[in-house]
Amino acid sequence: MIVGLAGTPGGKRRRHPPRTLVKAISPIVLILAWYIASEAGWLSRHTLAPPTDVLSKAGELISNGELQEAILASASRVGLGLFFGLTAAVIAALISGLFRVGEDVIDAPIQMLRTVPVVGLIPLLIIWFGIGDQPKLILIALGVFFPLYLNLFAGIRGTDPALIEAGRTLGLSRFGLVRHVVLPAAIPNGLVGLRYSIGVSWLILVFAETINATTGIGYLINEAREFFQTDTIVLCLVLYAILGLIADIIVRLLERVLLAWRPTFTGT
Amino acid sequence: MATDLHRHVSVGAVRVRELNKSFGDHRVIRDLDLDIQPGEFVVLLGASGCGKSTLLRILADLDRDITGSVEVATRRAVSFQSPRLMPWKKVWRNVVLGLPGKPDRQRAEAALAEVGMTHRSDVWPKVLSGGEAQRASLARALVGEPDLLLLDEPFSALDALTRLTAQALVADLWALHQCAVLLVTHDVEESVKLADRVLVMKDGVIAHEARVELPRPRDVTDPAFVALRAELLGHLGVGVH
Repeated sequence: MIVGLAGTPGGKRRRHPPRTLVKAISPIVLILAWYIASEAGWLSRHTLAPPTDVLSKAGELISNGELQEAILASASRVGLGLFFGLTAAVIAALISGLFRVGEDVIDAPIQMLRTVPVVGLIPLLIIWFGIGDQPKLILIALGVFFPLYLNLFAGIRGTDPALIEAGRTLGLSRFGLVRHVVLPAAIPNGLVGLRYSIGVSWLILVFAETINATTGIGYLINEAREFFQTDTIVLCLVLYAILGLIADIIVRLLERVLLAWRPTFTGT
Repeated sequence: MATDLHRHVSVGAVRVRELNKSFGDHRVIRDLDLDIQPGEFVVLLGASGCGKSTLLRILADLDRDITGSVEVATRRAVSFQSPRLMPWKKVWRNVVLGLPGKPDRQRAEAALAEVGMTHRSDVWPKVLSGGEAQRASLARALVGEPDLLLLDEPFSALDALTRLTAQALVADLWALHQCAVLLVTHDVEESVKLADRVLVMKDGVIAHEARVELPRPRDVTDPAFVALRAELLGHLGVGVH
């Protein structure tokens, strides 16, 4: 009898559990460990509230509407900050990527500024813009600007010269070359930058909301700290994670649509 | 100093006079004259580094840092050694990329039908085989009905069997479109198989010129074919014993 290389002798194939299940194992184990440690009394309520408390706190804050309000406030800060920061990044990357003069004028100062840690600007932003929503938006916009700008610029400059030549021999105009060759070639890099930017936006939101916020998830955290409410703090951290995850899923969907032409390696 | 003397002619397909091209101190093309008649199939044969690809790039208007006079048909198309399809455009959109106006699916399909690629018109270029991609590239070059088709070693990256089919396809397309062709290659057999006229290029000049009067399609075992191939190999400096 000849046995195929892929099969196991005897004709029985081992069934693998679905991947989503495999991925779910480690988070479930962690939460279970947390729960057991809390129940057994190894973990004090003041150090870390048990998962059951976090859940009931979530129920409480949802029923009185505080949670929805906080999420809306934080998400709109991130949304607006991203909108302004990303728009500026795209415009700047196009100008400096497509024109040599633009590179000299725009890229050089940006390369200098990007080494400054954005959160280090908080004191200056407070002096300039006070403690309202304005410095928070500017901080987020600044933070998300750099990853997208740098990657998009690299993508534009990394366009295969052979394809540009091919476009020229086809009689494409300068605008046609940008539209049909350079911009599509820059999209993979641009999406990498977008993912970094979105990741950074939530990170900076946490810092931004420590500036005397009166709404938002950061406000909830600060208030909870005053009263040692670790359940609220953990709940807010989970919220940050979920919101970040949702943003990441959106970018991945975008990649699937925009990069359909690219055969991807998905691993085995 | 760099002069740009590109003018466009309607009489011949190509007219080059006293063309010179240097990279630094190295003169790649020296006082070169070249004429290609409308509808003529010319093969430029030479070892690597002889300047043949540089000459093709000049004719394709990809290199303007030259001296001398170069006149080339306005409607010209280029197909390169690698197919250079835009990976983010479906095959049919690649084919009509250079045409003015909205992408014309019917025109793309007609061009793809000529190269036997209708069934692949709606796929991404990355899934094409090397031969298929090269055929799509030919369709893209021919869709604009060029008066001059410039081919830069279009078969050299293909495997031996695919190459034979691709050569036959080029011969058929040339008969169909009746455009002038300049094919750059280092393959002597290929040159004898396809050309009306073979030019052997050496050290930046055209060192030898041979008319191929054999009837088409040409038989590689024909004694006249074998003799001409031996003659051209001799001119390339490769002795056949």
